Amino acid sequence: MTIGLSHYLVVSAVLFCCGLFTMMTKRNAVGILIGVELVLNAAAVNLVSFDRFLGPGRIDGQIGALFVIVLAAAEAALAVGICVNVYRNLSTVDVDTATALRG
Amino acid sequence: MPSWQWSSRRRVSPCRRLGLFLFAPEALTLLAAIVAVSILPSSLASGATGMAAPSDDQGIGVVNAAPPGGLLDSLLFYAVAGGAVVPAIGVCVTKNIVRMAVWLFVALGSVATLYFLLAASFLGAIQLIVYAGGTLVLLIFGVMLTSKSPWVRFQPRAVEVVAAIIVCTGLLVCLCLVYARTTWHSPEGVVPGTPLVQLGRRLLTAYLVPFEVAGVLLFIVMVGAAHLARQER
Repeated sequence: MTIGLSHYLVVSAVLFCCGLFTMMTKRNAVGILIGVELVLNAAAVNLVSFDRFLGPGRIDGQIGALFVIVLAAAEAALAVGICVNVYRNLSTVDVDTATALRG
Repeated sequence: MPSWQWSSRRRVSPCRRLGLFLFAPEALTLLAAIVAVSILPSSLASGATGMAAPSDDQGIGVVNAAPPGGLLDSLLFYAVAGGAVVPAIGVCVTKNIVRMAVWLFVALGSVATLYFLLAASFLGAIQLIVYAGGTLVLLIFGVMLTSKSPWVRFQPRAVEVVAAIIVCTGLLVCLCLVYARTTWHSPEGVVPGTPLVQLGRRLLTAYLVPFEVAGVLLFIVMVGAAHLARQER
């Protein structure tokens, strides 16, 4: 069977759902960040595969994936800074213990 | 207990033993498969398939080693897709934060190989350099700076895990149904090259504003992260 667009989209969907599951179930804050990285990777794979199969001479999807990588690195840096601050103040990175703002 | 006695005193449950037995050779096989798949397309020159080499007007070598619809194409795709899906499931299943980071590393390498299969070689190289070599190292630094003890584990409640499984599998099923039932109108007989020159030109003409904004954003992120993580006096 010819490998078409839907094959790559299914791969990206599986990556997305695994990242979503990681974000929902992990209590470690850095674990949640790892889930976010999986989700962003899934989005970038989606962009590049649409670009390759539906637009033969176009590279807009690759540029979009490039910006996704840049933004993922930026938000990972800031999020790790936040996790380090949470660890300094609460001496744990368990997100279930960060309840100071809970209504 | 002195630290040199920790590993010999730990009791490993049978399930964990089985998991280690199944996963450890699996991980090594996956890594070997990824390396082989990365080397394979470049080693199969176009002369091996007997087809004429596509025109190389972009200045970057274009290799049509795996023609669409062939067996090699399918094998490569399934190997690399498996190499991306299995580590993603490993990230979900593992309870140790460092092992999650290692599984993520394998997943990022597989996604980079996926980019090479999609004829986005520059993006694959950027993925390996920036994502696997930068962002993942940053995450591992975060793990190092926020860990108290090697065996502290945060267990989610069973209700949360069940709800997450239901939501994620439901979403996956819906997405796969949508993808299977849509007819994609892809143009016929297209083998794109690696348009590095075109990518650079577009980045500086059509995508100039996002390019500059991304530069400013990275500067802001550097200043903000340095301020967030500064040492308190």
